[in-house]
Amino acid sequence: MTLGTAATGLRRIALAGNPNTGKTTLFNRLTGSRARVGNYPGVTVDRHYGRLALPSGGETELVDVPGTYSLSANSEDEKLALGAIAGLHPQERPDATLIVIDGTQLLRNLYLVLQVLELDGPTVVAVNMMDQVREAGLEIDFELLESELGVPVVPIVAKRGEGLPRLVAALERVLAEPGRANTKRRWEPEAALEDDVAAVGRTIPLLWHRESTLRCRALALWALLSVDEEDELLGVPADLREAVRERRALAGREGRHIDEEIIRGRYDWLDEHIGPALVEGNAPKISLTDRVDRVLLHPALGFVIFLTIMTIVFQSLFAWADPAIGLIEDVVAGLSDLLSTHLPEGFVTDLLVEGIVAGVGGVLVFLPQILLLFFFLGLMEDSGYMARVAYIMDRLMKTIGLNGRAFVPMLSGFACAVPAILATRTMERQRDRLLTMMVVPLMTCSARLPVYGLLIAALYPPGQGEPFVQGLLMVAMYLFSTVIALAAAAVLGRTVLKGRRTPLLLEMPPYRMPVWRSVLRAMWQKSAVFVREAGTVILVCTIAMWALLSFPKQTAEDLAKRQEAVATNVDLDAEARAAELERIETEFAGEGLRESYGGRLGLAIEPTIEPLGFDWKIGIGIIGAFAAREVFVSTMAVVYGLADEEDAESRVLRERVRDQEWPDGRKVYTPLVCFSLMVFFALACQCMSTLAVVKRETASWRWPVFLFVYMTALAWVASFIVYQGGQLVGLG
Amino acid sequence: MTTLDRLELGKSGRLIRLEGERALCRRLMELGLLPGCIVRLIRRAKLGGVLELEVRSCRLTIRSSEANLLFVEPS
Repeated sequence: MTLGTAATGLRRIALAGNPNTGKTTLFNRLTGSRARVGNYPGVTVDRHYGRLALPSGGETELVDVPGTYSLSANSEDEKLALGAIAGLHPQERPDATLIVIDGTQLLRNLYLVLQVLELDGPTVVAVNMMDQVREAGLEIDFELLESELGVPVVPIVAKRGEGLPRLVAALERVLAEPGRANTKRRWEPEAALEDDVAAVGRTIPLLWHRESTLRCRALALWALLSVDEEDELLGVPADLREAVRERRALAGREGRHIDEEIIRGRYDWLDEHIGPALVEGNAPKISLTDRVDRVLLHPALGFVIFLTIMTIVFQSLFAWADPAIGLIEDVVAGLSDLLSTHLPEGFVTDLLVEGIVAGVGGVLVFLPQILLLFFFLGLMEDSGYMARVAYIMDRLMKTIGLNGRAFVPMLSGFACAVPAILATRTMERQRDRLLTMMVVPLMTCSARLPVYGLLIAALYPPGQGEPFVQGLLMVAMYLFSTVIALAAAAVLGRTVLKGRRTPLLLEMPPYRMPVWRSVLRAMWQKSAVFVREAGTVILVCTIAMWALLSFPKQTAEDLAKRQEAVATNVDLDAEARAAELERIETEFAGEGLRESYGGRLGLAIEPTIEPLGFDWKIGIGIIGAFAAREVFVSTMAVVYGLADEEDAESRVLRERVRDQEWPDGRKVYTPLVCFSLMVFFALACQCMSTLAVVKRETASWRWPVFLFVYMTALAWVASFIVYQGGQLVGLG
Repeated sequence: MTTLDRLELGKSGRLIRLEGERALCRRLMELGLLPGCIVRLIRRAKLGGVLELEVRSCRLTIRSSEANLLFVEPS
């Protein structure tokens, strides 16, 4: 077999390791690809693939496996890791495993290494963070390490690329001689445990052990340690389950503790054989991380700082994003103008300007805020602060039946529910995942911001009203959605998703200076995903909405006839005639909209939304927003006839919104209606992308349907209370 | 003998035994919290019964409701 032949496909190297070992940084370095790097345990939820060039000129495929502390799978991530490293699925079989470990946590990290080595596959160990090892005054005897482990061990500093050529060369060596790569005997079970291993080993399927005795033993150990009634592992054969159950029951009767025997066996071996390879230096007694934590985790001060950091993040989100948003809007408006003046009038031009350009503009306009938010989230993750957030927030999460780990998905929900739902894979139990997925879409995602922005600006134009009123209203919306999401979690967790509370177990990584390049890369990568996945939906919907609101077309003759009537009316002077002509045109556009498919649909639902204070035009907007919330803004632009010659700039839209009247002349957008509408948007599940992701992650239609129904019902009831209640107490 | 959550702040103790759910005990042991090891209580989150502890020079957080199933002999 030659390296990287097309006939056999690329050879695969699984990149494994504990969380927070710089695994993803190494992956990026080796492949040059754009993958996420983070400091929060388990930030890699999706598997990343990349090409790794070998010195000989061949290529392999490097797979970034989710970070894991061991192969006994508790979480989705660990299940993925287990599958990818152990190769239980034939398509997931790695040709070699590269394990990256944190040199400052050598022995703890080597626990996973031992497990992987037991699986009898070609393996290379990369000891990362060697710069910090040296700083801490630690010394590692690599010769001893290599001879005891029996596989290549290479010191590296992933973020600076140190040691990588040697690492790649070692990988090429083990790939070239897979049979010789990993033969050393390491830890051996005691006699009693050996019997268990033998008994369970007989039920390990051939597809798993592939006629390797060592591998079979390793998988028997894995099964003894992992399989039980509550494991949520899929694809474990019934006879294997039965064998494990029997042996564990037997051991229990003998007063033995199998879990402890296995884990202690490995740690004892490590202490005895690897311990001498590690020389502790005279590191400072109180580390920098400790000193920082004394402040950041201080019971009172820490919480104040936490709130301050969150406030700064969200304030800058609005302050910094605004100029960029304005610029994008100007460019889009300019382009629309240019196209409509230079292209012949007709269907294609309308489609281009009102559908495509408006749609693309509607997507791009989010980018400033999304980029900023992903930037801050990346900064918090990479610096190690995110783990502290989970620590600080566990109390709150616990009261609603979740643990501190749920905070990161919930927090990510402030950017977009789609990545947030993907982030729930770091949670251990299916029930916790589901619960988090069901409430994350309630968080104020960035797609709601344009809607809030429009409505708040319509209420209080920038530069008017009380100082800070716009910002305070926005903060209020964030608080509102958070409180509702927490309450929903508490309720759902006690009813629909009743289950046992899960423990919080979190590693506190040391604070590390974020690698700017990787923060920026991650920011860009995630934003690109948004543009690609949410963007296409938004674009299609904008076009669909344009069609919905433009067809059937009215006849131009009707307008001409009416205009002629005015023109020939001798009772009017020139000024009155011009005013009358303008009135007719507006009236005509309004009729056209009412007669369009969208208008009819909006009219049809008006009775159901009138109690919330919404007219049929808002109804059209709400229908459009089912595709994605932000579509509301572009739909309203079309509904209010802005996509034509007038630019769709939001300033114009705001004015249009303020001018809207009911047929009897009352203003549509009273403050109360704006609040009612904001509450509706805060709570309704108006996002096809979210529903699609939930469907994908739960592999059933049940949960997306449930999500949609409960959120929409909640939104209606809450808006009803706001509007009707507000009127009762005389607001409005 | 006492439980880990009742350990004095900054003090260490020898872990005697772990009780409670298997998955949690297994994970704790895999992170180095084996009976016999030395655990130090670093910090307590005032708001909510979360503890930060050190074992094998590695920092972990755990709830006190779970830490009270870990029995230690203060040293």
